[in-house]
Amino acid sequence: MGSLQLKSIRKAFGDHEVLKGIDLEVTDGEFVIFVGPSGCGKSTLLRVIAGLEDATSGSVRIDGAEVINTPPAKRGIAMVFQSYALYPHLTVKDNMGLGLKQAGTEKTEINSRVAKASGMLSLDPYLARRPAELSGGQRQRVAIGRAIVREPKLFLFDEPLSNLDAALRVQTRLEIAALHRRLKATMIYVTHDQVEAMTLADKIVVLNAGAIEQVGSPMELYNKPANLFVAGFIGSPQMNLIEASRLNEPGASTIGIRPEHITLSSESGDWKGRVEHVEHLGADTIVYMDTESAGLVTVRLFGEHPYAPDDIVFATPDKANMHRFDENGRTIFG
Amino acid sequence: MSKARSSILRNSLIHLALISYTVIALFPVFLTLVNSLKTRNAIFRDPMAFPTPSTFSLVGYETVLKQGDFFGYFQNSMIVTVVSIALVLLFGAMAAFALSEYRFRGNTLMGLYLALGIMIPIRLGTVAILQGMVATGMVNTLTALVLVYTAQGLPLAIFILSEFMRTVSDDLKNAGRIDGLSEYAIFFRLVVPLVRPAMATVAVFTMIPIWNDLWFPLILAPGEATKTITLGAQMFIGQYVTNWNAVLSALSLAILPVLVLYVIFSRQLIRGITSGAVK
Repeated sequence: MGSLQLKSIRKAFGDHEVLKGIDLEVTDGEFVIFVGPSGCGKSTLLRVIAGLEDATSGSVRIDGAEVINTPPAKRGIAMVFQSYALYPHLTVKDNMGLGLKQAGTEKTEINSRVAKASGMLSLDPYLARRPAELSGGQRQRVAIGRAIVREPKLFLFDEPLSNLDAALRVQTRLEIAALHRRLKATMIYVTHDQVEAMTLADKIVVLNAGAIEQVGSPMELYNKPANLFVAGFIGSPQMNLIEASRLNEPGASTIGIRPEHITLSSESGDWKGRVEHVEHLGADTIVYMDTESAGLVTVRLFGEHPYAPDDIVFATPDKANMHRFDENGRTIFG
Repeated sequence: MSKARSSILRNSLIHLALISYTVIALFPVFLTLVNSLKTRNAIFRDPMAFPTPSTFSLVGYETVLKQGDFFGYFQNSMIVTVVSIALVLLFGAMAAFALSEYRFRGNTLMGLYLALGIMIPIRLGTVAILQGMVATGMVNTLTALVLVYTAQGLPLAIFILSEFMRTVSDDLKNAGRIDGLSEYAIFFRLVVPLVRPAMATVAVFTMIPIWNDLWFPLILAPGEATKTITLGAQMFIGQYVTNWNAVLSALSLAILPVLVLYVIFSRQLIRGITSGAVK
């Protein structure tokens, strides 16, 4: 219960095309994350799935049934918004129960479903409060609870963690992961934060300028990015992208090497350079260096290292983990 | 206020300004109330004096209550004002919601057209309005006044309310749509409660000119059965002789209902429940 098929979804606001033909298949129980830079159309796509925006053309099927003309409430979906969007004049309990009440569900059934959801999210002490009396994290849990209570085929999350502070974000991320394991429901989640994408997703959909760049598991995207955009977007710090001609690498236009796949030595190595800046993070040390042959290169070293700006060091890339891209930015495999 | 940002001098200057404004604003009301309780001679001898046992007189109130159907005038004014406010708020809020929520061709033009009435006084159209009312046989009915006042109040109401409705979060309305609320339910149950302070503002702005208006009652509904309080008070003002006791008493009585309505709406003005709905 809960598959989704999108077929050549297009959406234009006037002359401006926001979605340029999206095809996507989501199977039952999958956790799919849409990532991409701001304005890539990921939120619009989610709204089209929810039925809050009409697609200009294309087809949306939930569990095999065409829903393009079905109102949001009848699509069997539930959505969690970035701004929580709780009803300010209703208590937590009524906030969670409103959808069911509107659908004509029996009172005992509503109560038992609300009780179940509030137990799952430890909201029991707050059921009689109004949203104004809750903290940000609690509000977001109520918003998630409101979605759970509906027992939807499809959960839609629109950047649910963006308004939370860093510590709460990690905690809520874990809660959402636990929730997915527990409910085994299909979830579609929009974020611009690639850490959320990498940690939560079964499948990541990378969007750019209204089109899908690549679909794959987090590790597929990390190890085998289909093109320069995905290579640059996934992974932090960003992959180093170096002109192939500077490295004498024939048959490619750009060479990509992730910061963690470069080793540093103060005696010898492939690329000689000067350290520009060092970030000591404890677990990692990130070295920004200016090399003679490869230009500016970021290197990520594990553990603590005593490098300082203006040191002369040698960097050696791990050839096995090099990515090669052709002149159109597509990856050359093999 | 925090101690760091307040100084005694600044606070007292602010209070001085506020107090002097209050005195200026309340002075005419005070004068009306005080003199309505005095004899005619006392009013002219010393208008500023409080009524003393020798000058105290309720003759003005007696005249007002005896001559003419004063309760009837009151009732007329109340009906016209309350119904007009209700219609202005209902239609104004609905139009504002449509303008701020839905994208349709001519949206901006429609908004401008509806706001045009703020700049053009409705009295310019008096002759045409009167002709229309005569043609439809609505002269000397309260309906005529209600219709005119609703038209008069709508432009400002739409202008203010559509600005406020734009601030209501889209996510909240979308959450309602996903929960199966109809567009009407979203309007009445989510949006209207959130813009209640703005609606109270509009109600106050709409109410005062309607209650105080003399122009349209005089032209459209001068009949005895449809007289409003302002028109009713005019009968004591003559070309040569004015019964000041009665005029001042009538005006004092006319202040009361408007005060009550204002108290009701101003409570709403203060109340705001948006906080906590969205971050």
